[in-house]
Order: sequence, then C-alpha cells, then structure tokens
Amino acid sequence: MPTEIDRNQLKELVERGAQLVEVLPADEYEEDHLPGAINLPLRRLETDAVATLDRTRPVIVYCWDAA
Amino acid sequence: MSPRAAWRLESLGFGEVYDYVAGKLDWMAAGLRTEGTNAAHPRAGEVSRRDVPTAGLDERLGDVRERVRAAGWDAVVVINKEHVVFGLLRSKELDKDPELRMEQAMRPGPSTFRPYVSVKEMAETMTKHMLESSPITTSDGRLVGLLLQSDAVRVAGEEK
Repeated sequence: MPTEIDRNQLKELVERGAQLVEVLPADEYEEDHLPGAINLPLRRLETDAVATLDRTRPVIVYCWDAA
Repeated sequence: MSPRAAWRLESLGFGEVYDYVAGKLDWMAAGLRTEGTNAAHPRAGEVSRRDVPTAGLDERLGDVRERVRAAGWDAVVVINKEHVVFGLLRSKELDKDPELRMEQAMRPGPSTFRPYVSVKEMAETMTKHMLESSPITTSDGRLVGLLLQSDAVRVAGEEK
C-alpha cells in the first residue's frame, strides 16, 4: 500500500536517494516541477516506469494537489 | 491522479512507493524553488522583503512604531508564535494612539498572496487595488515576507 507523505518527509526521502516522479502531462511538467523530478505522465506510466525507474530505490509520485 | 500512479507502480513491482498527496501546489505555496520554464520569471515570494518587521498581538503600538521606524520601515506584520499572519499595520495604522495594543490598531485579516504568484500579476493587482504592500504567506497562513508595490512594479517592468 503506498504511503502518503508530506513536504518534509519528501525532502528526507529525496536526500536518501528517492526517485521523484511528476505524473502530470508534459506541458505542465515543463512549466514547473520539483527540483530533480522526472516526468512520467500517468498514461505513460505502464510503458515507461519499468524502463526508467530503479526498483531498488524508493519512488515518490506527485501531481498538482490532493483533488 | 498521484494515488492511481502510486498504486499502479506497486502493482508493477516497485516495493517502496510514496505519494506526496499535497503535490506541486503545496510545494510552490511554501515558496520552495521549482525547475522549468516558469522558474525564470520572478515570483512574489522571491521579491518579497523577508526582513519585514513583525510584532505580537499584545505589544504596545508606541513601542512597535519606534522599533519599526528606527529600522527604516513604515509597515509591520502582526503574527503569532507560529508565524501565522493576523494583521497588518501600514503607515496610517502606525500613526494611531501609541497606547493601543497591536490587535486594536492593526488592520485585521489582510489579503494575502501565495509565493508562487508571478510578480507581473502582483504588480497589476496591487496597482489596481492601491495596495502599498501585501503579505506573502504559505497556504497555511505563515508569513514569507512583505511585498511592496514599488518592488513589484519595478521588477515587473524590468522583465519586459
């Protein structure tokens, strides 16, 4: 079950080497994204996640807000 | 959207998956740095004066006024210990009876803006509504700084 985290927990995890993934469409990612985040839009997740992400490291996903 | 992504990653075999549910909006509202094409444009949080004087609700106006003006300011933000904004005093309120407590003298519940709003937008809004200064706060109401209209207009002009 994925764990929900807040901003401070995100910073700690990234410092420990977590991979940060924005799942919004590419144009929104290009305008603004968190430092170091890569873009894997939800629709591309299935095809790209396995090739792009390291399964041995934590992964943090985010979008615009909780809505 | 991110909960679905997090669940799907788990189903694809990723063992340690986290969901930053508050998302990019929360990050930007806290005034934290982003990367991307918009990052090159100045925002309210960056241009706001972080050294704005602050005071507590119970302080005496005369004491605060002396301290604020000695520091070269004509405004002070009233906050609590958690830095949550309760009120604002601009030059007009600072000139009130020095015996008043800050909570009696302040302009309560001032309009606040988030740090990620572009300076260009802030300059237009502040000019339109004749705001000489506006507190910039995080989404949970904590003070980031005070944006002066003169700073917003100057920086927006430099961008053109």
